[in-house]
Amino acid sequence: MRHLLGCADLSATDAIAILDLAEEMQQVQSRPVKKLPALRGRTIVNIFFEDSTRTRTSFEIAGKWLSADTINVSAKGSSVSKGESLRDTMLTLDAMGVDCFVIRHPSSGAAAQVASWVRAQVVNAGDGQHEHPTQALLDAYTMRQHFRSLGNDGFAGKKIAIVGDLLHSRVVRSNVLLQNLLGGEVVLVAPPTLLPTGVENWGCQVTSDFDSVLPEADIVMMLRVQRERMAGGYFPTEREYTAGYGLTEERLRELKPGAGICHPGPMNRGVEISSAAADAANSLVLDQVASGVAVRMSVLYHLLGSDEGAMR
Amino acid sequence: MSLLINGARLADGKVTDLYLSDGVLADPASAPAGVERFDADGLLALPGLVDLHTHLRQPGREDAETVDSGTDAAARGGFTCVHAMANTTPVTDTAEAAEYVQALGEREGHCQVQVVGAVTKGLAGEELAELGMMADSKAKVRVFSDDGRCVSDSLLMRRALTYVKSFNGIVAQHSQDPRLAGPTACCHESEWSGRLGLPGWPSQAESVIVARDVELAALTDSRVHVCHVSTAESVEIIRWAKKRGVKVTAEATPHHLLLDTPLVASYDTTFKVNPPLRTSEHLEAVREALADGTIDIVGTDHAPHARQDKDHPFDIALPGMLGLEQALAVVIEVMINTGRMDWPTLVQRMSSTPATLGQVPGQGRPLAIGEPANLVLVDPTARATVDATASKSRSRNNPYHGRDLPDPVVATYWRGRKTYSR
Repeated sequence: MRHLLGCADLSATDAIAILDLAEEMQQVQSRPVKKLPALRGRTIVNIFFEDSTRTRTSFEIAGKWLSADTINVSAKGSSVSKGESLRDTMLTLDAMGVDCFVIRHPSSGAAAQVASWVRAQVVNAGDGQHEHPTQALLDAYTMRQHFRSLGNDGFAGKKIAIVGDLLHSRVVRSNVLLQNLLGGEVVLVAPPTLLPTGVENWGCQVTSDFDSVLPEADIVMMLRVQRERMAGGYFPTEREYTAGYGLTEERLRELKPGAGICHPGPMNRGVEISSAAADAANSLVLDQVASGVAVRMSVLYHLLGSDEGAMR
Repeated sequence: MSLLINGARLADGKVTDLYLSDGVLADPASAPAGVERFDADGLLALPGLVDLHTHLRQPGREDAETVDSGTDAAARGGFTCVHAMANTTPVTDTAEAAEYVQALGEREGHCQVQVVGAVTKGLAGEELAELGMMADSKAKVRVFSDDGRCVSDSLLMRRALTYVKSFNGIVAQHSQDPRLAGPTACCHESEWSGRLGLPGWPSQAESVIVARDVELAALTDSRVHVCHVSTAESVEIIRWAKKRGVKVTAEATPHHLLLDTPLVASYDTTFKVNPPLRTSEHLEAVREALADGTIDIVGTDHAPHARQDKDHPFDIALPGMLGLEQALAVVIEVMINTGRMDWPTLVQRMSSTPATLGQVPGQGRPLAIGEPANLVLVDPTARATVDATASKSRSRNNPYHGRDLPDPVVATYWRGRKTYSR
């Protein structure tokens, strides 16, 4: 595999190989000197057309710990507002001899388009409402660690509830595709207005009754709900949203013991997730962040580390 | 120029000679002995095609298309008349603007250019443009459209329909409810939009406007034309309205006959068009409607765009694709080669009915002695792989690039003059 554009392009073997290598990478994080020489001399450009703190930083650290030269380009609004097309922006940077682009863009499909234009390899760090494959991989990594800590291995039979604005979420699309490979059982929970068209054919359960899911879930993944969705008429008020779909203190008590709580961030405390849940002992939110670096190191190594730059 | 075409087969199957002299079809028996001849053995002769829906981009975006290049593409596609849509810069919303485009057509056209006037000033959907003055101008505008935008205000649409009756005008509507399918909507709302994460454009955003407009046409006893019908729901409403005697006509584009939603999975913006490419059940309904006459005509919606307006992310790139050069090829492939339609019906859908709707004298006429010499010679069996770079258009957003399709047009004659030959 030359690029990582989405979980749709991954095989189960690819996915497991990435997770396994990430475990080795995570050990680097606990060393006093965190550098591996694997990608010395390779140049990675993180080009973000949309604001991001955690994903950009995570990729930057991942690249640096692998000894790659990483450069951050904040391109928010730059190309279209200056009249330059996305293609010209990317070809310009490509001409400088970049080995890999890590791209975040507010438009679905942008990473795939860029991959068709440039010589460099491309990692999708989130494209519009389409995919965010490294987020799904780090989620899976975190879940796997969590399941192991409870003494069991693998995703088979595990129930993963993903709750929130599924219509506008790239995280949910990548997670469903990845869990379809890994064997986790995904339950999607959202008000009907925030369900994507055709979700019934995604190979997972879909419901608008959060409470019915709570006692069975092994993982509850809460997605951020953006305030502008209210203006779009997707739901009446924040209060009503929280009442139906928030992980409140009351709902927290309904979870089975050991159920893990995930959130890709940034969190709206008090809206989709209560502080009690975010800070609970079984909250995996910070583990997700820590896993992010290891998983991204693994992805970059898989794409750029071997001689042909091929993922095998 | 005089030319004697020998042994051409007409749409009805009759084989005949055609004598083009002084811009009209004259009696072949009157052709002088040494006249230039063309052996049309095995070829069909059809009346020149007429497009009711063309974007020529001039004035304003001459880098994408001009009257010269666009009508050159039209001639290459077998057309002898096109209707230039009003969404130029400036907008064709005054008599002066209409006469300017008409004069450009007279001076530079490789086919006849009829002008479409805007329904509302600046296409803003707020106040009526000077419809009557455009109708009375030298451009003799009869078709009015805000195409690219929908006249969404029901009252304004009612007024437009009523107002154009005094000069026998027709309002051609771009049916898109702007709330159900807003400016970012770019993918047929379906499992595809859900998977690709592209803003959905539900088929009902079209059909609710079609339903409203046929009711307004009934209310005003005026004529409404539905541009680029793309959905099964719209087809059903039009069928029902026609049965009730409502004065509604409709058009299908070549791309909505052949190309389907999965093509956008590559995020190739060549396939971004408005209304969007639909799924196969909609394509099937549109084909059936074109065959049975529920849809009256083929309109190309030829929409050239410069590369820099397409090299953007899918939701930002401009919508639209080329159509003039491959329109006949697509209709032959989808309608004739499948046995859905015969040649006389194709002539109605692509020549005589659009000429009648556009009220263009001398176009869409039968190939008979005394008629204007507007015709296209067609090889119904020739095929070729479409090459976007070989286009007569200034733009390259050809969705058929790389496809094996019929390559029917051998030569086109407009007013007796050869405007294209292979």
